[in-house]
Amino acid sequence: MPKRSVQVEKALARLEEIVKSLDASELSLEDSLKLFEEGVKLADSLKKRLEESELRVKKVLESAEGFRVTDFED
Amino acid sequence: MSQISLPHQSNAEVFTVSQFNVLVRDLLEINFSDIWIEGEISNLRKYPSGHYYFTLKDETSEINAVMFAGMAAHLDFDPEDGMHVIGLGTATVYLERGRYQIIVRRMKPAGLGKLQLAFEKLKEKLKAEGLFDEERKRAIPIFPERIGVVTSAEGAAIRDILSILRRRYPVVEVLLFPVKVQGEGASAEVAAGIEAANRYHATKKPIDTLIVGRGGGSLEDLWAFNEEAVARAIFISRIPVISAVGHEVDFTIADFVADLRAATPSAAAELVVPDRQEVVSLLAQRLSEVQSIVQARLQDFQTQLDLLLSSYAFRRPIQRLREFQQRLDHLSDLMLRSFRAHNLAIQERFEKLFSRLEAVNPVAVMRRGYSVVQDQSGRLIKSIEQVDLHEQVNVRLHQGALLCEVLEKIRSGELEA
Repeated sequence: MPKRSVQVEKALARLEEIVKSLDASELSLEDSLKLFEEGVKLADSLKKRLEESELRVKKVLESAEGFRVTDFED
Repeated sequence: MSQISLPHQSNAEVFTVSQFNVLVRDLLEINFSDIWIEGEISNLRKYPSGHYYFTLKDETSEINAVMFAGMAAHLDFDPEDGMHVIGLGTATVYLERGRYQIIVRRMKPAGLGKLQLAFEKLKEKLKAEGLFDEERKRAIPIFPERIGVVTSAEGAAIRDILSILRRRYPVVEVLLFPVKVQGEGASAEVAAGIEAANRYHATKKPIDTLIVGRGGGSLEDLWAFNEEAVARAIFISRIPVISAVGHEVDFTIADFVADLRAATPSAAAELVVPDRQEVVSLLAQRLSEVQSIVQARLQDFQTQLDLLLSSYAFRRPIQRLREFQQRLDHLSDLMLRSFRAHNLAIQERFEKLFSRLEAVNPVAVMRRGYSVVQDQSGRLIKSIEQVDLHEQVNVRLHQGALLCEVLEKIRSGELEA
Protein backbone atom coordinates (compact mmCIF):
# COMPACT_ATOMS: atom_id res chain seq x y z
CA MET A 1 0.00 0.00 0.00
CA PRO A 2 1.29 3.49 -0.79
CA LYS A 3 2.60 5.39 2.21
CA ARG A 4 0.28 8.31 1.69
CA SER A 5 -3.09 6.72 1.03
CA VAL A 6 -6.16 8.65 0.01
CA GLN A 7 -7.96 10.07 3.03
CA VAL A 8 -11.57 8.96 3.22
CA GLU A 9 -13.12 12.23 4.28
CA LYS A 10 -11.11 14.30 1.79
CA ALA A 11 -11.84 11.90 -1.06
CA LEU A 12 -15.58 11.92 -0.36
CA ALA A 13 -15.57 15.71 -0.18
CA ARG A 14 -13.63 15.93 -3.45
CA LEU A 15 -16.10 13.57 -5.10
CA GLU A 16 -18.96 15.74 -3.95
CA GLU A 17 -17.13 18.75 -5.34
CA ILE A 18 -16.68 16.95 -8.66
CA VAL A 19 -20.39 16.15 -8.83
CA LYS A 20 -21.21 19.79 -8.14
CA SER A 21 -18.83 21.21 -10.74
CA LEU A 22 -19.95 18.71 -13.36
CA ASP A 23 -23.56 19.47 -12.63
CA ALA A 24 -23.51 23.20 -12.24
CA SER A 25 -20.99 24.82 -14.50
CA GLU A 26 -20.43 25.22 -18.20
CA LEU A 27 -17.32 23.12 -18.34
CA SER A 28 -15.52 22.33 -21.54
CA LEU A 29 -15.57 18.73 -22.70
CA GLU A 30 -11.89 18.42 -21.83
CA ASP A 31 -12.43 19.69 -18.30
CA SER A 32 -15.53 17.54 -17.75
CA LEU A 33 -13.67 14.44 -18.81
CA LYS A 34 -10.67 15.37 -16.69
CA LEU A 35 -12.96 15.68 -13.71
CA PHE A 36 -14.65 12.41 -14.60
CA GLU A 37 -11.35 10.60 -14.83
CA GLU A 38 -10.26 12.08 -11.54
CA GLY A 39 -13.54 11.00 -9.95
CA VAL A 40 -13.33 7.43 -11.19
CA LYS A 41 -9.69 7.10 -10.12
CA LEU A 42 -10.40 8.57 -6.72
CA ALA A 43 -13.42 6.34 -6.19
CA ASP A 44 -11.46 3.28 -7.24
CA SER A 45 -8.51 3.93 -4.98
CA LEU A 46 -10.80 4.77 -2.07
CA LYS A 47 -12.83 1.61 -2.58
CA LYS A 48 -9.62 -0.39 -2.74
CA ARG A 49 -8.44 1.18 0.47
CA LEU A 50 -11.75 0.54 2.25
CA GLU A 51 -11.81 -3.08 1.18
CA GLU A 52 -8.15 -3.99 1.52
CA SER A 53 -6.87 -2.09 4.54
CA GLU A 54 -5.60 -3.91 7.58
CA LEU A 55 -5.80 -2.29 10.98
CA ARG A 56 -2.50 -0.71 12.06
CA VAL A 57 -1.95 -0.66 15.82
CA LYS A 58 0.93 1.11 17.56
CA LYS A 59 1.86 1.60 21.18
CA VAL A 60 3.05 5.10 22.08
CA LEU A 61 5.22 5.78 25.13
CA GLU A 62 6.30 9.27 26.05
CA SER A 63 9.48 10.04 27.97
CA ALA A 64 11.84 12.96 28.39
CA GLU A 65 13.48 11.99 25.08
CA GLY A 66 10.17 12.20 23.26
CA PHE A 67 7.79 9.61 21.84
CA ARG A 68 8.69 5.97 21.32
CA VAL A 69 6.31 4.23 18.91
CA THR A 70 6.33 0.43 18.63
CA ASP A 71 4.02 -2.14 17.08
CA PHE A 72 1.35 -3.38 19.45
CA GLU A 73 0.50 -7.07 19.34
CA ASP A 74 -2.80 -7.89 20.96
CA MET B 1 -23.33 7.88 80.73
CA SER B 2 -25.90 9.00 83.26
CA GLN B 3 -28.53 6.51 82.05
CA ILE B 4 -26.51 3.58 83.28
CA SER B 5 -27.88 2.77 86.71
CA LEU B 6 -26.33 -0.18 88.43
CA PRO B 7 -28.85 -2.17 90.44
CA HIS B 8 -28.18 -2.40 94.07
CA GLN B 9 -26.91 -5.77 95.23
CA SER B 10 -27.37 -6.54 98.90
CA ASN B 11 -24.61 -8.36 100.77
CA ALA B 12 -26.55 -11.61 101.10
CA GLU B 13 -27.64 -11.71 97.44
CA VAL B 14 -25.88 -13.90 94.87
CA PHE B 15 -26.84 -13.75 91.17
CA THR B 16 -27.27 -16.87 89.14
CA VAL B 17 -25.47 -16.80 85.80
CA SER B 18 -28.80 -16.40 84.04
CA GLN B 19 -29.85 -13.54 86.23
CA PHE B 20 -26.59 -11.77 85.66
CA ASN B 21 -26.68 -12.22 81.90
CA VAL B 22 -30.24 -10.88 81.77
CA LEU B 23 -29.17 -7.95 83.86
CA VAL B 24 -26.26 -7.12 81.56
CA ARG B 25 -28.43 -7.64 78.49
CA ASP B 26 -31.03 -5.19 79.76
CA LEU B 27 -28.35 -2.66 80.56
CA LEU B 28 -26.94 -2.94 77.04
CA GLU B 29 -30.27 -2.90 75.27
CA ILE B 30 -31.57 0.12 77.16
CA ASN B 31 -28.42 2.13 76.65
CA PHE B 32 -27.29 1.00 73.20
CA SER B 33 -30.50 0.46 71.26
CA ASP B 34 -29.69 2.68 68.26
CA ILE B 35 -26.01 2.77 67.64
CA TRP B 36 -24.17 3.29 64.36
CA ILE B 37 -21.07 1.20 64.08
CA GLU B 38 -18.42 1.03 61.37
CA GLY B 39 -16.15 -1.92 60.70
CA GLU B 40 -15.03 -4.66 58.38
CA ILE B 41 -17.07 -7.83 57.90
CA SER B 42 -15.31 -11.10 58.57
CA ASN B 43 -16.30 -14.71 59.17
CA LEU B 44 -19.65 -14.12 57.47
CA ARG B 45 -22.05 -17.09 57.56
CA LYS B 46 -25.35 -16.91 55.69
CA TYR B 47 -27.80 -19.45 57.09
CA PRO B 48 -30.58 -21.14 55.12
CA SER B 49 -32.99 -19.44 57.51
CA GLY B 50 -31.88 -16.14 55.99
CA HIS B 51 -30.02 -14.98 59.11
CA TYR B 52 -26.52 -13.57 58.67
CA TYR B 53 -23.90 -14.13 61.37
CA PHE B 54 -20.60 -12.26 61.15
CA THR B 55 -17.91 -10.38 62.99
CA LEU B 56 -17.31 -6.67 62.69
CA LYS B 57 -13.74 -5.63 63.30
CA ASP B 58 -11.25 -2.84 63.03
CA GLU B 59 -7.46 -2.90 63.49
CA THR B 60 -7.55 -3.71 67.18
CA SER B 61 -10.95 -5.03 68.19
CA GLU B 62 -13.97 -7.01 67.13
CA ILE B 63 -17.62 -7.64 67.96
CA ASN B 64 -20.02 -10.45 67.07
CA ALA B 65 -22.92 -9.39 64.93
CA VAL B 66 -26.12 -10.91 63.66
CA MET B 67 -28.60 -9.70 61.08
CA PHE B 68 -31.90 -11.55 61.09
CA ALA B 69 -33.60 -12.67 57.90
CA GLY B 70 -36.35 -10.04 57.96
CA MET B 71 -33.76 -7.25 57.97
CA ALA B 72 -31.18 -8.99 55.77
CA ALA B 73 -33.82 -9.29 53.04
CA HIS B 74 -33.89 -5.49 52.75
CA LEU B 75 -30.17 -5.07 52.09
CA ASP B 76 -29.47 -3.34 48.80
CA PHE B 77 -26.03 -4.94 48.47
CA ASP B 78 -24.58 -8.38 48.99
CA PRO B 79 -22.32 -8.41 52.06
CA GLU B 80 -19.02 -10.22 51.76
CA ASP B 81 -16.01 -10.84 53.97
CA GLY B 82 -13.60 -7.93 53.88
CA MET B 83 -16.29 -5.39 53.09
CA HIS B 84 -16.19 -2.15 55.00
CA VAL B 85 -19.67 -1.34 56.32
CA ILE B 86 -21.67 0.98 58.53
CA GLY B 87 -24.43 -0.72 60.52
CA LEU B 88 -27.29 0.45 62.73
CA GLY B 89 -28.24 -1.88 65.54
CA THR B 90 -28.72 -2.72 69.20
CA ALA B 91 -26.14 -4.17 71.54
CA THR B 92 -27.32 -7.19 73.45
CA VAL B 93 -26.24 -10.41 75.09
CA TYR B 94 -26.75 -13.90 73.71
CA LEU B 95 -27.95 -15.38 76.97
CA GLU B 96 -27.08 -19.04 76.41
CA ARG B 97 -23.44 -18.25 75.82
CA GLY B 98 -23.21 -15.05 77.79
CA ARG B 99 -21.75 -13.52 74.68
CA TYR B 100 -22.16 -9.89 73.87
CA GLN B 101 -23.16 -9.04 70.33
CA ILE B 102 -24.88 -6.51 68.15
CA ILE B 103 -28.14 -7.12 66.31
CA VAL B 104 -27.85 -5.18 63.07
CA ARG B 105 -31.05 -3.79 61.53
CA ARG B 106 -29.64 -1.68 58.70
CA MET B 107 -26.32 -1.79 56.90
CA LYS B 108 -24.60 -0.09 53.96
CA PRO B 109 -21.11 -0.22 52.48
CA ALA B 110 -19.02 2.43 54.21
CA GLY B 111 -16.62 2.94 51.33
CA LEU B 112 -19.47 3.50 48.95
CA GLY B 113 -20.91 6.19 51.15
CA LYS B 114 -17.65 8.10 51.20
CA LEU B 115 -17.00 7.65 47.48
CA GLN B 116 -20.55 8.63 46.64
CA LEU B 117 -20.15 11.79 48.64
CA ALA B 118 -16.87 12.67 46.90
CA PHE B 119 -18.51 11.95 43.55
CA GLU B 120 -21.46 14.25 44.20
CA LYS B 121 -19.23 17.05 45.46
CA LEU B 122 -16.89 16.91 42.46
CA LYS B 123 -19.81 16.64 40.05
CA GLU B 124 -21.40 19.80 41.47
CA LYS B 125 -18.12 21.69 41.38
CA LEU B 126 -17.23 20.78 37.78
CA LYS B 127 -20.77 21.38 36.61
CA ALA B 128 -20.70 24.87 38.12
CA GLU B 129 -17.42 25.51 36.30
CA GLY B 130 -19.04 24.59 33.01
CA LEU B 131 -17.10 21.40 32.30
CA PHE B 132 -20.29 19.54 31.37
CA ASP B 133 -21.78 22.25 29.11
CA GLU B 134 -23.29 20.86 25.93
CA GLU B 135 -22.20 23.93 23.92
CA ARG B 136 -18.53 23.19 24.43
CA LYS B 137 -18.71 19.57 23.34
CA ARG B 138 -16.63 18.89 20.22
CA ALA B 139 -18.03 17.05 17.23
CA ILE B 140 -16.77 13.50 16.70
CA PRO B 141 -15.29 13.21 13.17
CA ILE B 142 -17.27 10.85 10.94
CA PHE B 143 -14.33 9.52 8.92
CA PRO B 144 -11.32 9.39 11.24
CA GLU B 145 -7.86 8.39 10.01
CA ARG B 146 -6.11 8.04 13.36
CA ILE B 147 -7.64 7.05 16.69
CA GLY B 148 -5.96 7.34 20.07
CA VAL B 149 -6.88 4.99 22.90
CA VAL B 150 -5.97 5.73 26.51
CA THR B 151 -6.37 2.50 28.47
CA SER B 152 -4.44 -0.44 29.87
CA ALA B 153 -2.33 -2.46 27.43
CA GLU B 154 -3.32 -5.64 29.27
CA GLY B 155 -7.05 -5.12 29.79
CA ALA B 156 -10.03 -6.45 27.88
CA ALA B 157 -10.89 -2.93 26.71
CA ILE B 158 -8.15 -2.58 24.08
CA ARG B 159 -8.80 -6.09 22.76
CA ASP B 160 -12.54 -5.42 22.43
CA ILE B 161 -11.89 -2.11 20.67
CA LEU B 162 -9.38 -3.60 18.21
CA SER B 163 -11.58 -6.55 17.32
CA ILE B 164 -14.51 -4.28 16.46
CA LEU B 165 -12.33 -1.88 14.46
CA ARG B 166 -10.88 -4.81 12.49
CA ARG B 167 -14.34 -5.94 11.50
CA ARG B 168 -15.95 -2.56 11.02
CA TYR B 169 -13.36 -0.14 9.67
CA PRO B 170 -9.75 -1.38 9.55
CA VAL B 171 -8.83 1.71 7.54
CA VAL B 172 -7.64 3.62 10.60
CA GLU B 173 -4.40 3.67 12.52
CA VAL B 174 -4.80 3.03 16.26
CA LEU B 175 -2.39 4.55 18.75
CA LEU B 176 -2.50 3.01 22.21
CA PHE B 177 -1.30 5.21 25.06
CA PRO B 178 -0.94 2.54 27.75
CA VAL B 179 -1.87 3.57 31.30
CA LYS B 180 -2.78 2.01 34.61
CA VAL B 181 -6.57 2.21 34.96
CA GLN B 182 -7.07 1.21 38.57
CA GLY B 183 -5.37 1.38 41.93
CA GLU B 184 -3.03 3.96 43.38
CA GLY B 185 -2.01 6.65 40.89
CA ALA B 186 -4.37 5.47 38.13
CA SER B 187 -6.14 8.81 37.69
CA ALA B 188 -2.82 10.64 37.30
CA GLU B 189 -1.72 8.09 34.67
CA VAL B 190 -4.98 8.34 32.73
CA ALA B 191 -4.73 12.14 32.77
CA ALA B 192 -1.08 11.96 31.65
CA GLY B 193 -2.10 9.57 28.85
CA ILE B 194 -4.67 12.07 27.57
CA GLU B 195 -2.06 14.83 27.72
CA ALA B 196 0.53 12.69 25.91
CA ALA B 197 -1.98 11.97 23.14
CA ASN B 198 -2.57 15.70 22.78
CA ARG B 199 1.16 16.41 22.57
CA TYR B 200 1.51 13.69 19.94
CA HIS B 201 -1.41 15.25 18.07
CA ALA B 202 0.22 18.68 18.18
CA THR B 203 3.78 17.69 17.33
CA LYS B 204 3.67 14.41 15.34
CA LYS B 205 0.56 13.32 13.47
CA PRO B 206 -3.02 14.48 13.93
CA ILE B 207 -5.28 12.22 16.03
CA ASP B 208 -8.94 12.56 15.09
CA THR B 209 -10.63 11.00 18.10
CA LEU B 210 -9.52 9.79 21.52
CA ILE B 211 -11.16 6.90 23.39
CA VAL B 212 -10.56 7.00 27.14
CA GLY B 213 -11.73 4.09 29.26
CA ARG B 214 -11.54 0.58 30.61
CA GLY B 215 -13.60 -2.58 30.88
CA GLY B 216 -16.17 -3.24 33.56
CA GLY B 217 -15.33 -3.48 37.24
CA SER B 218 -16.55 -2.56 40.68
CA LEU B 219 -17.21 1.03 41.58
CA GLU B 220 -13.82 1.17 43.29
CA ASP B 221 -12.10 -0.23 40.18
CA LEU B 222 -13.63 2.48 38.03
CA TRP B 223 -12.82 5.24 40.45
CA ALA B 224 -9.96 6.82 38.49
CA PHE B 225 -12.59 7.96 35.99
CA ASN B 226 -14.38 9.86 38.75
CA GLU B 227 -11.35 11.92 39.69
CA GLU B 228 -10.73 15.55 38.98
CA ALA B 229 -7.38 15.08 37.19
CA VAL B 230 -9.04 12.91 34.51
CA ALA B 231 -11.99 15.28 34.16
CA ARG B 232 -9.69 18.26 33.64
CA ALA B 233 -7.49 16.43 31.13
CA ILE B 234 -10.58 15.52 29.08
CA PHE B 235 -11.81 19.08 29.32
CA ILE B 236 -8.65 20.68 27.95
CA SER B 237 -8.02 17.98 25.33
CA ARG B 238 -7.80 19.38 21.81
CA ILE B 239 -8.80 15.97 20.46
CA PRO B 240 -12.51 15.08 20.81
CA VAL B 241 -12.91 12.45 23.54
CA ILE B 242 -15.24 9.45 23.75
CA SER B 243 -15.47 8.08 27.29
CA ALA B 244 -15.74 4.31 27.46
CA VAL B 245 -15.93 3.09 31.04
CA GLY B 246 -17.49 -0.36 31.25
CA HIS B 247 -20.38 0.10 33.59
CA GLU B 248 -24.02 -0.03 32.78
CA VAL B 249 -25.94 1.90 35.35
CA ASP B 250 -24.14 4.97 36.58
CA PHE B 251 -22.26 7.67 34.78
CA THR B 252 -18.72 8.56 35.77
CA ILE B 253 -17.45 12.12 35.95
CA ALA B 254 -15.43 11.34 32.80
CA ASP B 255 -18.72 10.55 31.01
CA PHE B 256 -20.12 13.98 31.84
CA VAL B 257 -17.05 15.84 30.55
CA ALA B 258 -16.43 13.71 27.45
CA ASP B 259 -17.72 14.86 24.07
CA LEU B 260 -19.50 11.54 23.67
CA ARG B 261 -20.21 8.80 26.19
CA ALA B 262 -20.13 5.11 25.33
CA ALA B 263 -21.35 2.55 27.86
CA THR B 264 -18.49 0.14 27.11
CA PRO B 265 -15.21 0.11 25.15
CA SER B 266 -16.94 -2.00 22.48
CA ALA B 267 -19.69 0.58 22.14
CA ALA B 268 -17.02 3.28 21.78
CA ALA B 269 -15.42 1.35 18.93
CA GLU B 270 -18.82 1.21 17.19
CA LEU B 271 -19.26 4.96 17.60
CA VAL B 272 -15.77 6.07 16.63
CA VAL B 273 -15.83 4.82 13.03
CA PRO B 274 -18.41 4.35 10.29
CA ASP B 275 -19.09 0.90 8.88
CA ARG B 276 -16.90 0.53 5.80
CA GLN B 277 -19.80 -1.02 3.88
CA GLU B 278 -21.76 2.19 4.43
CA VAL B 279 -18.86 4.22 3.10
CA VAL B 280 -18.56 1.95 0.06
CA SER B 281 -22.28 2.56 -0.57
CA LEU B 282 -21.82 6.29 -0.24
CA LEU B 283 -18.93 6.08 -2.65
CA ALA B 284 -20.93 4.04 -5.16
CA GLN B 285 -23.64 6.63 -5.04
CA ARG B 286 -21.24 9.53 -5.68
CA LEU B 287 -19.73 7.62 -8.56
CA SER B 288 -23.10 6.94 -10.12
CA GLU B 289 -23.91 10.64 -9.92
CA VAL B 290 -20.66 11.47 -11.70
CA GLN B 291 -21.37 8.83 -14.31
CA SER B 292 -24.87 9.93 -15.15
CA ILE B 293 -23.90 13.58 -15.45
CA VAL B 294 -20.93 12.78 -17.64
CA GLN B 295 -22.96 10.44 -19.78
CA ALA B 296 -25.49 13.19 -20.49
CA ARG B 297 -22.72 15.67 -21.16
CA LEU B 298 -20.90 13.29 -23.49
CA GLN B 299 -24.10 12.90 -25.45
CA ASP B 300 -24.38 16.68 -25.83
CA PHE B 301 -20.80 17.00 -26.95
CA GLN B 302 -21.13 14.13 -29.39
CA THR B 303 -24.09 15.86 -30.98
CA GLN B 304 -22.18 19.11 -31.23
CA LEU B 305 -19.19 17.31 -32.61
CA ASP B 306 -21.25 15.64 -35.30
CA LEU B 307 -22.55 19.06 -36.28
CA LEU B 308 -19.06 20.46 -36.42
CA LEU B 309 -17.75 17.61 -38.47
CA SER B 310 -20.49 17.95 -41.01
CA SER B 311 -20.11 21.70 -41.32
CA TYR B 312 -17.85 22.91 -44.12
CA ALA B 313 -16.26 25.70 -42.08
CA PHE B 314 -14.64 23.22 -39.77
CA ARG B 315 -13.16 20.87 -42.31
CA ARG B 316 -9.79 22.58 -42.22
CA PRO B 317 -8.81 21.71 -38.67
CA ILE B 318 -10.20 18.25 -39.29
CA GLN B 319 -7.11 16.53 -37.96
CA ARG B 320 -7.56 18.15 -34.57
CA LEU B 321 -11.22 17.24 -34.52
CA ARG B 322 -10.41 13.63 -35.33
CA GLU B 323 -8.02 13.50 -32.38
CA PHE B 324 -10.74 14.94 -30.25
CA GLN B 325 -13.14 12.30 -31.46
CA GLN B 326 -10.63 9.59 -30.64
CA ARG B 327 -10.18 10.84 -27.15
CA LEU B 328 -13.93 10.98 -26.73
CA ASP B 329 -14.27 7.39 -27.87
CA HIS B 330 -11.54 6.31 -25.54
CA LEU B 331 -13.17 7.98 -22.59
CA SER B 332 -16.60 6.63 -23.49
CA ASP B 333 -15.07 3.18 -23.38
CA LEU B 334 -13.49 3.91 -20.08
CA MET B 335 -16.79 5.06 -18.69
CA LEU B 336 -18.69 2.10 -20.02
CA ARG B 337 -16.20 -0.22 -18.38
CA SER B 338 -16.50 1.58 -15.08
CA PHE B 339 -20.28 1.43 -15.42
CA ARG B 340 -20.19 -2.32 -15.88
CA ALA B 341 -17.88 -2.68 -12.92
CA HIS B 342 -19.93 -0.58 -10.59
CA ASN B 343 -23.50 -0.53 -11.76
CA LEU B 344 -24.78 -3.79 -10.30
CA ALA B 345 -23.34 -2.92 -6.95
CA ILE B 346 -24.84 0.54 -7.20
CA GLN B 347 -28.34 -0.76 -7.80
CA GLU B 348 -28.14 -3.24 -4.99
CA ARG B 349 -26.86 -0.67 -2.58
CA PHE B 350 -29.13 2.12 -3.61
CA GLU B 351 -32.16 0.64 -1.88
CA LYS B 352 -30.40 0.42 1.42
CA LEU B 353 -28.90 3.79 0.98
CA PHE B 354 -31.58 6.08 2.30
CA SER B 355 -31.85 4.36 5.64
CA ARG B 356 -28.10 4.02 5.91
CA LEU B 357 -27.37 7.53 4.83
CA GLU B 358 -29.69 8.81 7.50
CA ALA B 359 -27.08 7.57 9.93
CA VAL B 360 -24.20 9.16 8.08
CA ASN B 361 -25.57 12.53 7.02
CA PRO B 362 -29.24 12.76 6.06
CA VAL B 363 -29.23 16.53 5.76
CA ALA B 364 -26.49 16.50 3.16
CA VAL B 365 -28.43 13.97 1.12
CA MET B 366 -31.59 16.02 1.19
CA ARG B 367 -29.68 19.18 0.42
CA ARG B 368 -28.67 17.56 -2.84
CA GLY B 369 -32.32 17.37 -3.79
CA TYR B 370 -33.32 13.95 -2.55
CA SER B 371 -36.37 13.48 -0.43
CA VAL B 372 -37.76 10.75 1.76
CA VAL B 373 -41.40 9.67 1.65
CA GLN B 374 -43.07 8.46 4.82
CA ASP B 375 -46.59 7.39 5.60
CA GLN B 376 -48.59 9.00 8.38
CA SER B 377 -47.09 6.66 10.96
CA GLY B 378 -43.56 7.64 9.93
CA ARG B 379 -42.77 4.41 8.08
CA LEU B 380 -40.44 4.84 5.10
CA ILE B 381 -42.14 4.24 1.78
CA LYS B 382 -39.94 2.27 -0.57
CA SER B 383 -42.48 0.95 -3.03
CA ILE B 384 -45.67 2.21 -4.59
CA GLU B 385 -47.32 -0.89 -3.16
CA GLN B 386 -46.99 0.59 0.31
CA VAL B 387 -49.45 3.40 -0.32
CA ASP B 388 -53.09 3.58 -1.41
CA LEU B 389 -54.60 6.08 -3.78
CA HIS B 390 -55.59 9.29 -1.98
CA GLU B 391 -53.51 8.35 1.02
CA GLN B 392 -51.67 11.24 2.59
CA VAL B 393 -47.89 10.99 2.72
CA ASN B 394 -45.10 13.14 4.11
CA VAL B 395 -42.32 14.11 1.73
CA ARG B 396 -39.33 15.16 3.78
CA LEU B 397 -36.94 17.59 2.09
CA HIS B 398 -34.01 19.69 3.13
CA GLN B 399 -35.42 22.31 5.53
CA GLY B 400 -38.95 20.93 5.70
CA ALA B 401 -41.64 18.56 4.66
CA LEU B 402 -44.60 18.46 2.30
CA LEU B 403 -47.89 16.86 3.14
CA CYS B 404 -49.02 15.26 -0.13
CA GLU B 405 -51.88 13.19 -1.39
CA VAL B 406 -51.33 10.27 -3.74
CA LEU B 407 -53.17 11.19 -6.95
CA GLU B 408 -51.88 8.41 -9.15
CA LYS B 409 -49.49 5.45 -8.99
CA ILE B 410 -47.14 5.13 -11.96
CA ARG B 411 -44.81 2.15 -12.37
CA SER B 412 -41.21 2.90 -13.40
CA GLY B 413 -41.67 1.30 -16.82
CA GLU B 414 -44.40 3.78 -17.61
CA LEU B 415 -42.16 6.68 -16.66
CA GLU B 416 -39.68 6.35 -19.54
CA ALA B 417 -39.81 9.48 -21.65
